[in-house]
Amino acid sequence: MSKKTLKLKIGELKTSLGEIKDFEISIGRILEETWEEEVGPTPFPSISDLRNWDLKLLERYKPFYMPFCDVCCLCTMGKCDLTKDKRGACGLTMPAQQSRIVLLACCIGAATHTAHARHLVEHLIEKYGKKWVIDVGGVNIEVEAPIIRLVCGIKPKTLGDLEEVLDYVEKEIVQLLSATHTGQEGSFIDFESKIFHAGMLDHVALEVADIAQISAYGFPKADPEAPLVEIGFGVVDKSKPTILVIGHNVPSAISIVDYLEDIGLRDKVEVCGICCTAHDLSRYDPKAKIVGPISWQLRFIRSGIPDVIVVDEQCIRADALIEAQKIKAPLIATSEKNCLGLLDRTGDQPSEVIKDLVDGKIPGALILDHDKVGEIAVKTALLIAPKRIKFKSIPDIQSVIEGAKKCRKCFECSRACPNNLPIPEAMEEATKGVFKKLSDLLDLCIGCGRCESACPINIPIHSFMEVAAEKKLKEEKFKIRAGRGAIQDVEIRQVGSPIVLGEIPGVIAFVGCANYAKSGKEVVEMADEFAKRNYIIVSSGCAAMSMAMYKNGEGKTIYEMYPGVFDAGGVSNVGSCVSNSHIAGAAIKIASIFAKRKLRGNYEEIADYILNRVGAVGVGWGAMSQKAASIASGFWRLGIPVVVGPHGFKYRRMLLGRKENMEDWYVYDARSGEKIYVGPAPEHLFYSAETKEEAMVMIPKLCMRPNDTTKGRAIKLTNYIDLHKRIYGTLPNDLHMFIRTVADIPITMKDEVLEFLKEKEWKENIIPDPTLLPRLIRKRRE
Amino acid sequence: MIAEPWQKAEIPGPTKSFIIQKPEVAAALIKKAKHPLLIVGHEVVEKLNSEIKLVDYIVRIAKAGKIPVIASGKAFTEIKNFIPVSLMSIVEVGSRLIDPKWNGIDGLGPHDLALFIGIPYYVEWLLLSGIKHFSNVTTISLNRFYQPHASWSFPNLSLKEWIKNLEILIKTLEGG
Ligand code: SF4
Ligand code: SF4
Ligand code: SF4
Repeated sequence: MSKKTLKLKIGELKTSLGEIKDFEISIGRILEETWEEEVGPTPFPSISDLRNWDLKLLERYKPFYMPFCDVCCLCTMGKCDLTKDKRGACGLTMPAQQSRIVLLACCIGAATHTAHARHLVEHLIEKYGKKWVIDVGGVNIEVEAPIIRLVCGIKPKTLGDLEEVLDYVEKEIVQLLSATHTGQEGSFIDFESKIFHAGMLDHVALEVADIAQISAYGFPKADPEAPLVEIGFGVVDKSKPTILVIGHNVPSAISIVDYLEDIGLRDKVEVCGICCTAHDLSRYDPKAKIVGPISWQLRFIRSGIPDVIVVDEQCIRADALIEAQKIKAPLIATSEKNCLGLLDRTGDQPSEVIKDLVDGKIPGALILDHDKVGEIAVKTALLIAPKRIKFKSIPDIQSVIEGAKKCRKCFECSRACPNNLPIPEAMEEATKGVFKKLSDLLDLCIGCGRCESACPINIPIHSFMEVAAEKKLKEEKFKIRAGRGAIQDVEIRQVGSPIVLGEIPGVIAFVGCANYAKSGKEVVEMADEFAKRNYIIVSSGCAAMSMAMYKNGEGKTIYEMYPGVFDAGGVSNVGSCVSNSHIAGAAIKIASIFAKRKLRGNYEEIADYILNRVGAVGVGWGAMSQKAASIASGFWRLGIPVVVGPHGFKYRRMLLGRKENMEDWYVYDARSGEKIYVGPAPEHLFYSAETKEEAMVMIPKLCMRPNDTTKGRAIKLTNYIDLHKRIYGTLPNDLHMFIRTVADIPITMKDEVLEFLKEKEWKENIIPDPTLLPRLIRKRRE
Repeated sequence: MIAEPWQKAEIPGPTKSFIIQKPEVAAALIKKAKHPLLIVGHEVVEKLNSEIKLVDYIVRIAKAGKIPVIASGKAFTEIKNFIPVSLMSIVEVGSRLIDPKWNGIDGLGPHDLALFIGIPYYVEWLLLSGIKHFSNVTTISLNRFYQPHASWSFPNLSLKEWIKNLEILIKTLEGG
């Protein structure tokens, strides 16, 4: 619904109350009659409504494009060579083509989350009714849907209200996608603005999905003490029939555990999961086990442990059915979006389908009714488990030695491997029956299987690594805190002031996929370092899982070492990818609950507040998918910088500030209207780091904000300088740009820093009440 | 070895780098350049072969060619023990190299030639592409594997051949 139609309807509402009630019921729309906050300038914004804000950001954070290749191949006039200043047959240039590709990726990501949200909301309405009340934290949460309030300007109360929100998001995504058609948008800067729009819509959809499922399924409601649940390859009890769920959309998995409860067999069957469905299942049933992130798919299926595999949507390997067949495990597909070529058996009697699956007549079935999935998966698992006797597709040790001897050292595998892993060397060692190198490779492997596709003699390389690491894998048993959901209002009240003033040095969100150049260990090392330094650490999705998969000297995981609160030194897991909305939501709530800024349809002002005051940074160390791209772009529009790992270069566009260009770093002082230089804070909006060390210096730097008090800036600088010295052995050479007054200088480093400032001919400056929006300037009090 | 992308699926498009058949060619390009720059990634430290210390080669190239050096991460920490070096991340260097107004790392004006070494293959791939499309800076990849987005690149080389090439490059530079 567009802004115009919404306004019209509200107008009608005011003219005649009786009629409106009928009107409301007849088309099932929500209309705001109880929210007293006045509507801001941009409820349900269209593509161009926030364009001015976007252009402000893009003026400072210029896109740096790094095309994968020289051509565009999207239409039949091409391939067109766009090298340098060449234009394609349609007139497009390379910068526009690259931003178009990023927009496409973000539209794919936003559409995926929106489709997920739409499915969930429809499913939950069918089960619980449109009037089911949204409740994400009882009395602890007053602002139940900060993103929806901010973007749409409405206050959703029931599941039914969320349909309205999705109508808007879907319409906007279609508009954005249409802009990528040949002969539409031609300006890279406008493509960039549209990318921000896609990201903002994505966050709305994320919030719809998570608040719906929290409300209906009774997931932990903003609970810092959500239960510790089990995660790891070794936590699954192989003696029981085992059902593996993979994907992001949890209804089928929930129907499996519900069915088991109904028939009294919950403790007799293992239900475990990979990726975000696993997160969400463990929020519903703490007995459910999480195997691991997306990159665990091949290794876990090949282990033969699953008796039945149930897939829903997103981040499922396209060859899941083939892999399932290798271990003779039937596969049940449950989503229209991922049918895997299977026959639709939804309409058939469950008993018939079960028989066909157990007898091996069919490799799998498409079942589009979640209740039926529960029954079919459970009964099939019970019947097939004794027959399968854990049929593995990984070879025995002798076959690995023999296979390794056949290796030609042609390097085709290494050349296909995203991380260029030295597989041939490990093969050489394996010929002698020594498997250390092969086993070590599994730690660095992202489970993509490209090495196997590339091997000219079809050595099952990934399986070989798994055999080599088998013992280690069995011992992988960890604890992760189940997704807590939203951040409580009281937590926001408590940390609002220290964050905005800078005394809590920052909020760091570790999110995204498992596409690491090195192992997931780097994520937990970073999280641990910053938790120790009193940053607020939040995590979600595969990154939250990777963080759980290492123990300290006392055998504790990071979730056992730190409390799950949203406070200095807390480490929380908000939940699955859709729970990322609570991270953006927390930043928004700081502006609204702590600073009492108006939220309703007031996007620009809130984003301006966050950019200038809330020291938050997103870290997608293994960001891989299109969804990760759209999540990141939602953070950008809100003024939250995102750091990605080295594979993030392949998003082929960064948004980088230029700290030496002084003119880029002016803000208005809202008190006086004066333009004040505030230094490059935050320096970048989207940044790809080559190594963990580089990220660890950049993250604290990006937490600095113009509004930091001197005490807060001193704390932030202490962390920046300290890490810089530890990693690079020197003071940062841009330090003078971040010191506004002498009081900013950390006391313990005063002499050294003063000397440095002298060299740089540094001059003292004032600390403004910062804003980029002229309309927020208050009149000078003469 | 042959000049095809080291990572198999990385197909560059119509504009591909010239292959450095003889390192003397690279040396001549460096000598001809008005304001070259050497950009060093973290792999020069991480992928050290037990006998070969790559950092030594970087130091020698920089000295022989009188080239200012930018290094990222651990490469900076190591190199600063031997020669003056600026710390900057790879992506930050890239975004400056495409700006004709950038006054160079030493403030002496825009760089017309940039040499790259020690950067992860896929990172260098994208970085070189950005520079190729959006600037007139000549780029030379001194890494072991063929980088088609550079102006000039070695073909895929064995470790031995690579080191031999670097030695010749240094000797030619030293020769005046
Ligand atoms: S499966 Fe692992 S080893 Fe094989 S190509 Fe992928 S990351 Fe490399
Ligand atoms: S290259 Fe990427 S997008 Fe293409 S099939 Fe592989 S994982 Fe999928
Ligand atoms: S591709 Fe196969 S044969 Fe070639 S080096 Fe790798 S494992 Fe050996």
